[in-house]
Amino acid sequence: MFGLEKKDARLLLLVATMAMFAPFLLNPFPEGSAMAQFNAGYPDLMQRFVIFGILAIGFNILFGLTGYLSFGHAAFLGVGSYAAIWSMKLVTMNIIPAIILAVIVAGAFALIVGYISLRRSGIYFSILTLAFAQMSYSLAYSVLTPITGGETGLQIKAHDTPLLDRALEAGQIGRANLFGFEMSNSVQLQLGGWEFTFNLGYYIAAIVMLGAFYLAIRIFRSPFGMMLRAVKSNQQRMNYAGLSPKPYTLAAFVISGMYAGLAGGLMVAMDTQVGPERMFWTASGEIVIMVILGGAGTLLGPVLGAGFIKYFENIISKINETILHSWFAFLPDGLEDFVVAMVYPFIGKGWHLTLGIMFMLVVIFLPGGLVQGGQKIAGLFQRRKSADAAKPNATEPAE
Amino acid sequence: MDQIIVQILNGLDKGSAYALIALGLTLIFGTLGVVNFAHGALFMLGSFCAVILSRLLSLSHEVIDETRTDFLGNPMKVDVPYIYEWLGQETGDTIIQWSVPLAILFSIPIMITIGFIMERGLIKHFYKRPHADQILVTFGLAIVLQEIIKYFFGANPIQTPAPPAFTGSLDFGVWLGFDPLSIMYPYWRMVYFVFSVIVICAVFAFLQFTTFGMVVRAGMADRETVGLLGIDIDRRFTLMFGLAAAVAGMAGVMYAPIVAPNYHMGMDFLVLSFVVVVVGGMGSLPGAVAAGFLLGILESFASMPWVVQTLPGINQIIIYLVAIIILLTRPRGLMGRKGVMED
Repeated sequence: MFGLEKKDARLLLLVATMAMFAPFLLNPFPEGSAMAQFNAGYPDLMQRFVIFGILAIGFNILFGLTGYLSFGHAAFLGVGSYAAIWSMKLVTMNIIPAIILAVIVAGAFALIVGYISLRRSGIYFSILTLAFAQMSYSLAYSVLTPITGGETGLQIKAHDTPLLDRALEAGQIGRANLFGFEMSNSVQLQLGGWEFTFNLGYYIAAIVMLGAFYLAIRIFRSPFGMMLRAVKSNQQRMNYAGLSPKPYTLAAFVISGMYAGLAGGLMVAMDTQVGPERMFWTASGEIVIMVILGGAGTLLGPVLGAGFIKYFENIISKINETILHSWFAFLPDGLEDFVVAMVYPFIGKGWHLTLGIMFMLVVIFLPGGLVQGGQKIAGLFQRRKSADAAKPNATEPAE
Repeated sequence: MDQIIVQILNGLDKGSAYALIALGLTLIFGTLGVVNFAHGALFMLGSFCAVILSRLLSLSHEVIDETRTDFLGNPMKVDVPYIYEWLGQETGDTIIQWSVPLAILFSIPIMITIGFIMERGLIKHFYKRPHADQILVTFGLAIVLQEIIKYFFGANPIQTPAPPAFTGSLDFGVWLGFDPLSIMYPYWRMVYFVFSVIVICAVFAFLQFTTFGMVVRAGMADRETVGLLGIDIDRRFTLMFGLAAAVAGMAGVMYAPIVAPNYHMGMDFLVLSFVVVVVGGMGSLPGAVAAGFLLGILESFASMPWVVQTLPGINQIIIYLVAIIILLTRPRGLMGRKGVMED
């Protein structure tokens, strides 16, 4: 199907099903129940899942395949976002030109940064990308204020009159749309105690994400992808074979920069604002954490990692001490306080601590990330199953 | 002329901090071959050593003061630090005010212990793994350390004043024959600079003139041969990690009066000090020190009014710009040894 092997087609189908039914899957608890705070099926968060998924997929093409660790990927996200919002301000509030422009501008920027940074490898490459990203951040924050809006960033204002759009009534603010359908359009479905929200913006982002995912699978399975793996495993051998690694890594860098631009464009399409903090180096660090946590070099890992981190950031971080007390209320008084005191540092505002610890554990014990962890567990069960199957033939010793 | 001297002086204290952190970083890289992204966190921990000590010293209990009354007419309850009762009020006050310099003594054993635990517990297992893995795991560690500090001390900066003897500024210009008040330099920044020079000299002397240091230098040059001579080089390198942690910690302690300690100051310094190390040359100690001061001074020159007017924004990006140019033109950095991380 779609020129994919059976296994990959199944994976794509799985991701597509999950993305399409996300409003159901992420809302397992009925409205108003005690567990409702774990529901992640609201449009804003679902959009973030898929957008950061795109970002992570793109980063994985660079880091997972070639092993070049870029610590400045957020710069491309930011550049793409700025490009998109300018297209919305000046040309049209339609999101398609905005996203295309974001991809092109981010790609061009990645070409420049990559051409310079890829002259070095290893830690020097990381430092170079970091330096470029920090420079973009500082410039966006200070000197480029006329273009970037400085500290306050850019928003769509009432006096913005895009060239191609019909004039709005005075005081109205333009909204991001796709041929007139606004991104914030939602349909609600009431089913018993459950309420499901289907948001147009989310579905557009999800379809783009599926396209990005499909492209990533094709890249992973193509001869080009093999070349990128060769860059990671042994550059010297590649040189001996008469191949220069440089064009391949540069292509991977630009592709992953364009993915980041795509994510930036979509981010603007969803909430029509940008700020320079989107380019700060800790934002780049977050992308790295997503990909490693999920599993670098695997297809599904980055998407999982992105979803995982965004879920933690938005849901787990909201748990406060009162909620914890209500959970552990069944315990005896002294024990309840003790358990809450033990658990509280790790969730709520302290979720970064949990994230840091998990990230370290993954780097130390599971270089393949959560995906590898899942495979190991699955392998354990399979072995047990085959052991069970083998049992009837084995003669049991008499007692 | 006086403008230039002011900028050099301004650059010195920031440059000292860069140099001290970069010295530790490059020491770790030169000995253990590990890229330590948690080094900024060690700097931050050092800073919080100063906070902890000043809190410990002013630990107090409530005493009812019969001579004074509060607004309800009851005898007033006053917090009295224990140290007043033990040593008298005057001595106690002096000790509390001098808590930052005292914290250096307090921080050295703590930081060496932390460094030792870090190396034995975590980094030891990463010698054979690629540099990317080392960066990632120490980056994770930095996040964890930072969050632990945030949990205990909150997200707000904590003011930690210098001893009163060092508050105020020195009228440096008068010494050099300029008009009074033309070159003002805060005393504490001068102390910081002198302190960092002493620490740097001490580290170099330790490596240059002791047998231990000689073995370490030999190990940096050729680890295998030193091992073949029957010397347990790993143990010495572990101690060097502790030393590097202590240097970062001391840099942090003394920096506390300049920038109020907060939980993310480590991350802020980390990026810059990495740039410093790379500019100086990975694994080169003199390179790290020279690059630290050089970049510190360059940064303060770039923020002079007329420079900023001609090249807007240059003060924000000068360090990165220099780093990019040096990395591309001199693959080894300013003073890097041949063959160390050249690709």
